[in-house]
Amino acid sequence: MADTLAGPVPEAPDSPPEFPMAREARCPFDPPPALKDLQAKTPLAKVRLWDGSEPWLVTRYADQRAILGDPRVSADTDSPGYPTKASPEGGEGKLSFIMMDDPEHARLRRMVTAPFAVKKVEALRPAVQRIVDDLIDGMLSRPGPVDLVEEFALPIPSLVICELLGVPYDDHALFQENTKTMVRTTATPEQRGVATREMAGYLAGQIAKRLAEPKDDLLSSIAGRVTAGEIDHQQATEMALLLLIAGHETTANMIALGTLALLQNPDQLALLRDSDDPKFVAGAVEELLRYLHITHLGRRRAVTEDVEIAGQVVRAGEGVIMANEIANRDPAVFPDPDRLDLTRDARRHVAFGFGVHQCLGQPLARMELQVVYGTLYKRIPTLTLACALEDVRFKNDAFIYGVHELPVSW
Amino acid sequence: MKVELEADKCVASGQCVLAAMDVFDQDDDGIAILLEEQVGDDRLDDVKEAIAVCPAAAIRLVEQ
Ligand code: SF4
Repeated sequence: MADTLAGPVPEAPDSPPEFPMAREARCPFDPPPALKDLQAKTPLAKVRLWDGSEPWLVTRYADQRAILGDPRVSADTDSPGYPTKASPEGGEGKLSFIMMDDPEHARLRRMVTAPFAVKKVEALRPAVQRIVDDLIDGMLSRPGPVDLVEEFALPIPSLVICELLGVPYDDHALFQENTKTMVRTTATPEQRGVATREMAGYLAGQIAKRLAEPKDDLLSSIAGRVTAGEIDHQQATEMALLLLIAGHETTANMIALGTLALLQNPDQLALLRDSDDPKFVAGAVEELLRYLHITHLGRRRAVTEDVEIAGQVVRAGEGVIMANEIANRDPAVFPDPDRLDLTRDARRHVAFGFGVHQCLGQPLARMELQVVYGTLYKRIPTLTLACALEDVRFKNDAFIYGVHELPVSW
Repeated sequence: MKVELEADKCVASGQCVLAAMDVFDQDDDGIAILLEEQVGDDRLDDVKEAIAVCPAAAIRLVEQ
């Protein structure tokens, strides 16, 4: 028989598909077509990961929310069956409480929630507005084109989280470079280990300074927990590292990818440019969060007690992945889900996750994005992409999706 | 209708404050607090939205 000749062995028909799946190059804002097909076909499917393991993929919005809110699943990467995103980072320990379960997760998380309360974040809005205006002035003072990522998208969250933590922004080259390595899926475990150690060493030093001489910043309040004997220096460092990384990568990618999506949808961009209504801008931010789903590798959990998902029993010790990008495109919840529609009510999206691990920094992220989206296109109404869409490099190789660069002119 | 909040469950996401600012607030640690327990029909939709977006299932509406 012809197919027994030399060549790749054909895949068994029931072999699970690889995850993550490839996007369609022509639709860089849409989830991979194979993922959408899976969602339409079945609520629960086995997928195969980089290490050969075969966790379950939960495809639909309601099931994803139920699982993420279920105490019988664990976010601890050491739990049997946990579906890891890449090889471990060289024994660097856990990225603080996001990789722990309650009650320890809740205990540690509550130590740093204070500055992210809605009203505290609101008080920062004028400062963020100034940062955004200054960066736009800087861009406009030159002929262009400029890289929007480097000159605008990255400095905003970076300046804000540095200010909040009390980390000197002058050191940004060090932590921006290392953060990039830490979130690159193609980095070797050794490279990730070196970057993590360098960052941890730097932050441990910053915390040591606060232990000796507290200031009015989040690092000092974390250091205060060390003094009080609630956590040790290592835990404090991991916490600071988590906040610094999370504050950088996510918002920056939302700014750049969101801008590209709007440039590709001029009618929607016009709505944002012409609106003076803060409520409309806030709603537009929710829709962009829903539509862009930058956390494209899914929320991952290990099942610790048998649970039923969509009528099927998933056993303790099995892994589950909630692909939030397709939950946010679930037609049962968001009609005509693949259309970017800034006028829709998108508040129920799961871009920040769901359950006890839902993003801690979301009020800050929302406020930053509202200021950016509410300012940039008004101040530069002629903003255009300065290269062909085909030449934009998308971050298929990173834990957080976005663009590597975004050349723009005006 | 009466609103009930289980502060023990709250993960300080602030979502309820955004959905219904005159019913919910946050304490110094970001944990949700109830500004009002009784809500009239005019604010029922906002409270329902808060319940729908609360990631920790910490909010409930009870008939009286
Ligand atoms: S939405 Fe829920 S978890 Fe978030 S602050 Fe309100 S009560 Fe707490």
